Amino acid sequence: MRPKLELLEHSLVESILDEAFELLETIGTKVAAPEAVDLLRSAGARLEDSIVRLPNALVRQALGSVPREFSLYTRSGERAVHYGGDDVHFDPGSSCLNILDSETQQPRPAISADLIRMVQVTEMLPEFAAQATAMVCNDVPSEIGDWYRLLLVLWYSDKPVITGAFSIPTLQTMLELLATDAGGLEMLKEKPRAVFDVCPSPPLNWSEFASQNMLELARAGVPAQIVSMPLAGATAPVTLAGAIVQHAAECLAGITIHQLASAGAPVVWGGAPAIFDMRTGNTPMGAIETAMLDMGCAQVGKSLGLPTHGYLVASDSRQIDAQAGMESGGSALLGALAGINMISGAGMLDFLACHSIEKLVIDAEAIASAQRLLAGVEPHGEKLAINAFAQTGLHGDFLKLKETRSLFRKEQHFPSAVIDRRSDGKADDILTRARIRANELVTGCQRLPLPRQVEDRLFAIATREAGRIGLDHLPGIEVPVPSGS
Amino acid sequence: MEADFAAMRQSIVDGAPENALALAKQALEQGLHPLEIIDNGFVPGMSEVGEQFAKHQMFLPDMLAAAEAMKAAMSVLEPELKRQGEERPSAGTVILGTTKGDIHEIGKTLVGTLLTANGFKVHDLGVDVPSDRFAASARELNADLVGVSALLTTTMRGQRSVVQALETAGLRSSVKIIVGGAPVTQRWAEEIGADGYAKDAISAVALVRNLLAHKLAATEVTV
Repeated sequence: MRPKLELLEHSLVESILDEAFELLETIGTKVAAPEAVDLLRSAGARLEDSIVRLPNALVRQALGSVPREFSLYTRSGERAVHYGGDDVHFDPGSSCLNILDSETQQPRPAISADLIRMVQVTEMLPEFAAQATAMVCNDVPSEIGDWYRLLLVLWYSDKPVITGAFSIPTLQTMLELLATDAGGLEMLKEKPRAVFDVCPSPPLNWSEFASQNMLELARAGVPAQIVSMPLAGATAPVTLAGAIVQHAAECLAGITIHQLASAGAPVVWGGAPAIFDMRTGNTPMGAIETAMLDMGCAQVGKSLGLPTHGYLVASDSRQIDAQAGMESGGSALLGALAGINMISGAGMLDFLACHSIEKLVIDAEAIASAQRLLAGVEPHGEKLAINAFAQTGLHGDFLKLKETRSLFRKEQHFPSAVIDRRSDGKADDILTRARIRANELVTGCQRLPLPRQVEDRLFAIATREAGRIGLDHLPGIEVPVPSGS
Repeated sequence: MEADFAAMRQSIVDGAPENALALAKQALEQGLHPLEIIDNGFVPGMSEVGEQFAKHQMFLPDMLAAAEAMKAAMSVLEPELKRQGEERPSAGTVILGTTKGDIHEIGKTLVGTLLTANGFKVHDLGVDVPSDRFAASARELNADLVGVSALLTTTMRGQRSVVQALETAGLRSSVKIIVGGAPVTQRWAEEIGADGYAKDAISAVALVRNLLAHKLAATEVTV
């Protein structure tokens, strides 16, 4: 039996959905992209003062066409992530500006070399099923930052990618890069490698860019991941249940826009909800209530049979300390028990403002523990203990038994040296152990070469787009050696 | 009948706008001077809320309710002051807004509410404000300070443009600039040449007071 934790009574899930539908029908949602508004109106939605009210039937029809599952593939074409059911995957958090410098442990603006290092570490850690375009590279002009992050991940990794765009022209460049990587637009649709996060603005505001983004992604057949972020007590009702209603309504509106553009296109019921800290006005990602919101939101999505996403394994501490471990480890376990398909956030500190590679390798250990927990307690044979006792009696030397040797690898997870289980020698602190581990991972990471034409084509696209803003070099990318030399 | 300053103070602490309004009206009817009512009745309420907040006994919703109560009292006291040809000494004129492309207003609005309750004149330009508008408004309103908020890493860069716009407009020496928002740090504030950074609305009030201390001293406002 796989352990599972459902936070909400089934009747509460029903009430949440009822109110979400009611909210969309009576209060409505803002939708700014004219094309999205037209689609909604011709499907029966009412537009009044830039607010769209969605009839229940329209939303239910959209829900009917959403795929219940889909997969993401590696560049090599292997299925690596399954969105659907109770499958659980993890990826690093996304798009912060700062990195906690490995040496000084002080935050500083991240550059492309930091992202590459994080990609290498993520590539080596089996706990992460996917990469993320994890940080803004400050050595790259901001106009091209979105697609440049994706380029670096595609260049250095084979894993699927969780990414996102902040403008429509950028989205087109990103889709071009992904299509090149996949071997064409059709291949990209058939075996998608990336998911794009799209964020409505709370409460219930699908901005021009967000709503247009949903249309473009649906048409390209590239999975969209709705990242609804109600802030309980500030931009959403203060009660957890009320904030979950808002999350559901924002997702339902997004799904309706998305499915009207292309019925059957893959979309994820996702989010980064949080409570609003009533003392500081901050948005604590490590708060237990934030984890409860993620669990509740996912449960509502699951009740509709949809693929789910959440934002956990992040801490609000500004350094690698016990708070970081406690918050990240706790929410990794809760997210896993909630059966959330993709859990983003590992590596992040300081209200998602700062990434840390050392934290990422520590979080991987928490994730590994959560994954072990999900594997549950299995009998492994007809008898549970009697056979073992029959062989060794009360001598207590189970270590010698054949079944010990054949089963211990299945029963026990072996953490890396980041987790200190020794009882001798110098007791290094966890930061030291994490630094050593990160260095080992980077040293051991071999870049899987891209097929020649793909590399040349990616390089050509990047050079072309960088040229538009007068950038004559590509930080972090080596120039491919010309063919025939 | 004596003016009930204790009740006025309590109406602010309770965050009760109706009570505050009634008490303010009553005190005016009794013939008290508006400044006396403000300084002895309502301002001590705000001070107490500030103290309770610092001790973690009151929270932002309490603070907002207190500010609302203050606003209700001022809605009758300020017109009366004006009628008498006087004005409450301003602690400074502040312009607030979010950067171009950023539509997240909560942090900025909170800062505005608290600054207003603490005696500053606040002009909120709203969300998605072009850099030039910050500069134009600062000139027009003869502002002492401009506060620029950004929630996203992508829109945070707009804070630098505001600093530059004020420089271009030749206002940089006379107008202080502060920045805030989730991704913003002290280091970023220094990098773009802003005068300060506050991590939350409460520290923003302290920061503004500090930066405009010369002005406060000149007007002897004690809130």
